[in-house]
Amino acid sequence: MLGTLSNDLPALQVVVPLMSAPLCLVLARWPRLVWILCVAASWTSLAISMELLDQVLSYGPISYAMGGWAAPWGIEYRVDSVNAYVILIVTGIASVVLPFAGASVAGEIREDKVAMFYTLLMLCLTGLLGMTITGDAFNVFVFLEISSLSMYGLISMGRDRRALTSAFQYLVMGTIGGTFILVGIGFLYVITGTLNMADIAQRLPEATQLRTLHTAFAFLVVGIGLKLAMFPLHLWLPNAYAYAPSTATALIAATATKVAVYALLRFVFTVIGPVTAYEDLPFGEIAMALATLGLLTGSFVAIFQENVKRILAYSSVAQIGYILLGIGLATALGLQAGILHLFNHALMKGALFMAVGCFFYRVGSVRLDDLRGIGRKMPWTFAAFVIAGLSLIGVPLTVGFISKWYLLQATLQQGYWPLALLILGGSLLAVVYIWRVVEAAWFGSPSVRANDAKEAPLGLLIPTWTLVLANLYFGIHTELTVGVADLAARTLLEAIR
Amino acid sequence: MSPAGAMQLAVALPAAASIPIVITGRSPNLREFVTLACAASVLILVGSTLPAVLSGARPELQLLEILPGLELMFRLEPLGMIFALVASFLWLITSIYSIGYMRGHHETNQTRFYACFAIAIASALGVAFAGNMLTLFVAYEVLSISTYPLVTHAGTEKAKRAGRVYLGILLGTSIGLQLLAILWTWTVTGTLDFTEGGLLAGEIEGPAAAVLLALYVFGIGKAAVMPFHRWLPAAMVAPTPVSALLHAVAVVKAGVFAVLKVTIYIFGTDFMLQSGASDWLVWFAGATILLASLVAMTKDNLKARLAYSTISQLSYIVLGALLATQASILGSMMHIAMHAFAKITLFFAAGAILVAAHKSEISDMAGLGRAMPLTFGAFFIGSLSIIGLPPFGGMWSKWYLGLGTIESGHWLLLTVLLVSSLLNIAYLLAVPIRAFFGKPKDGTVYARVQEAPASCLAAMIVTSLACLVLFFYPQPFFQLATAIAGAQ
Repeated sequence: MLGTLSNDLPALQVVVPLMSAPLCLVLARWPRLVWILCVAASWTSLAISMELLDQVLSYGPISYAMGGWAAPWGIEYRVDSVNAYVILIVTGIASVVLPFAGASVAGEIREDKVAMFYTLLMLCLTGLLGMTITGDAFNVFVFLEISSLSMYGLISMGRDRRALTSAFQYLVMGTIGGTFILVGIGFLYVITGTLNMADIAQRLPEATQLRTLHTAFAFLVVGIGLKLAMFPLHLWLPNAYAYAPSTATALIAATATKVAVYALLRFVFTVIGPVTAYEDLPFGEIAMALATLGLLTGSFVAIFQENVKRILAYSSVAQIGYILLGIGLATALGLQAGILHLFNHALMKGALFMAVGCFFYRVGSVRLDDLRGIGRKMPWTFAAFVIAGLSLIGVPLTVGFISKWYLLQATLQQGYWPLALLILGGSLLAVVYIWRVVEAAWFGSPSVRANDAKEAPLGLLIPTWTLVLANLYFGIHTELTVGVADLAARTLLEAIR
Repeated sequence: MSPAGAMQLAVALPAAASIPIVITGRSPNLREFVTLACAASVLILVGSTLPAVLSGARPELQLLEILPGLELMFRLEPLGMIFALVASFLWLITSIYSIGYMRGHHETNQTRFYACFAIAIASALGVAFAGNMLTLFVAYEVLSISTYPLVTHAGTEKAKRAGRVYLGILLGTSIGLQLLAILWTWTVTGTLDFTEGGLLAGEIEGPAAAVLLALYVFGIGKAAVMPFHRWLPAAMVAPTPVSALLHAVAVVKAGVFAVLKVTIYIFGTDFMLQSGASDWLVWFAGATILLASLVAMTKDNLKARLAYSTISQLSYIVLGALLATQASILGSMMHIAMHAFAKITLFFAAGAILVAAHKSEISDMAGLGRAMPLTFGAFFIGSLSIIGLPPFGGMWSKWYLGLGTIESGHWLLLTVLLVSSLLNIAYLLAVPIRAFFGKPKDGTVYARVQEAPASCLAAMIVTSLACLVLFFYPQPFFQLATAIAGAQ
């Protein structure tokens, strides 16, 4: 039994959360049970992803024919070191965020909507995992839409009425992005007559319709750029993060953009190939320019926000800039830095948004004014926020430092001095926006709302601190993250030769 | 115990002590006992490594490999030994002093104070033991962050603003400049280990070397070379024991110590002399010495005056490191110890005056000497040692620093040192003179002796005596310093 199951792990990775989604609706009358089911599903997913990564690291890439139909007719799931690693990020974050959801959702979502919320959460997870694991270009679009549609729903369930408009805003921009991706994939199909990624990659070198190929590439980059909030296509992100329920923000912020980055990596390096992207077309230059602009404007705008979730959201725009910068460099070290930061940024943003979720649970607001003096009332949550914030700044012994170290090294290796200075400048801006929150929370005289707040319940604190400690653990023990990121970068670059 | 084990324990013990300190927070006597016991054991541990280092051993300890090819490691050499000895000895003394001060001054949140203090000392020792630039950087950053709650201890608006300047400058320079310098070194040489003779000779040259050195010197904001000095006066809002130990000894000395480490072990003194990397930086140090002394003269707040005096004295050490001659390096290393003992005495006195007489402005202290003879006596001794007059320890370091300027032919810099010494006399000696011979403005007559709590007095007496002893018996520090300077 177990033997046959272990062969089907790639399918189970997607099927487990997918099947738990309708079950949530069936069990809707018992919200507690729904929550336990979802926690169990996410932990199972994590176990599967760890097993998959282990298999990939020991035996090389896994190819799985969905339903027994061999590629290129059937859909192929293909797991290599790159997506095994991204899947680990997604399931890892999910299995910390879902235990957190228990108390947080009960406090924020109307009781008759709780089951719906969990259903959407599971569908979102399904979409993200499917997008990552599949080896079929059209399948990427399908799963992308599953995750996007469920995200619109999740965001609209926020308690603030502005959640509705921000969900609508995201819906419009997300749909445009999805359509662009679909058009891009369509062009690729026109050129090659196949939808399997490996097949497309094999046939593209013989392609004669270069203009179609370039157009396809442009559509894909813009479409995925919208989903990953690449500057200046990031406009949907701050509102979506700010008004979504805390649990949804933590999950989306830590995973959704990461998966979009993965999709970009996959299309650029595996499908279309770096030669077309970086040599025929100026993808590297454009990515670096937008990344730099994004990291500067994102950090700068974050300083002036009055809503802590918006501060963190703009900071995400900046952090995506760091990741894109590494990708734009297109060296082994740069790619490694970008891929490494996928993992590290998920840890720090997850921890930060969960800490903010704890504040929201007790205070009912995340405006800086309402959080004045909260640090003294909720010392543990505050400490979690500070440590995760230091990680975002890039202080040594945290994951942020490791990312920064590699990224700086990658820019210096290429002799891009000004870029190195800009990266450091971004860190200093992070000091400013994180410290604005710290100062208000610690030194401010308690606001009316903060005055009768008490420490967050353990159900919220334990998951939050799990991620905070992960920030420290992976900041000191880097074998796994650095090692796998190195392997993933090399896997991607091998396509060149 | 092996020296390597002692080194590890000396860092781990104070870091771990913060936990029992927090647990015993409800019973102040027990909490202070934990602090004192820990401080005493750390001093014994550090002291136990001295014979080995003096006999030429360089105990090493690999902690963990944080990045491929880059590990956190300790390596104890004479320079680190000096810093560790000074820091651990003065931690014990300061702990005794703080008990009297914190209780006498009715400070709140004392448990947090002692816990952060212990972590700060652990990281200062981490700086002292660091075996490569990465370890030093890590400990340096932990030191910055763990001292932030101490600086903002009062929790007032003023403390908040000071904390902003403090963290802003220290994190800003270290992340913006120092980290860049470290990465540059790593990219060029592929190693960050502190190596005798330096790493960079032959790897980098001309103006690039000068730029890299500048990134280091300014990036090590804790050395307070102008224009990155503002954090130190800002930090004076902290309780006096913090100003005394951290902002006269541990934190600032961690800064100049790092500068010395960079010049000796990353650049190498030969390479410094031959590349001329420091030719223009010495003038920044020289200017800081003079300007900070001049600013100190204008300050009426005693702690602010001492802070600017510290800035000036720190640049003596930076100057010595940048001149990179045998005598100047020797002088710099000696000055780490000599200035520490003298300046902590002055801060202890300032805190005692605050606790016993509630006075912080120098102009209010006229005539106070009759009420607090011991305190002002200690202040007098500390001042003399900083000025560099015999029979106090400060003379030795100034002597060698002066020699260093002559060796390198910088007569102008020698003048700077001499003029600054004269300024020292003007702004430091004025304080005890006014206290002993001045007339109180408000006509108060100080009839009876009213000194600070006994533990404060004891601490002051020990450190001022140490200034005296170090004149007659500077051997331990001198031997350690020659072990490096002589080897160049």
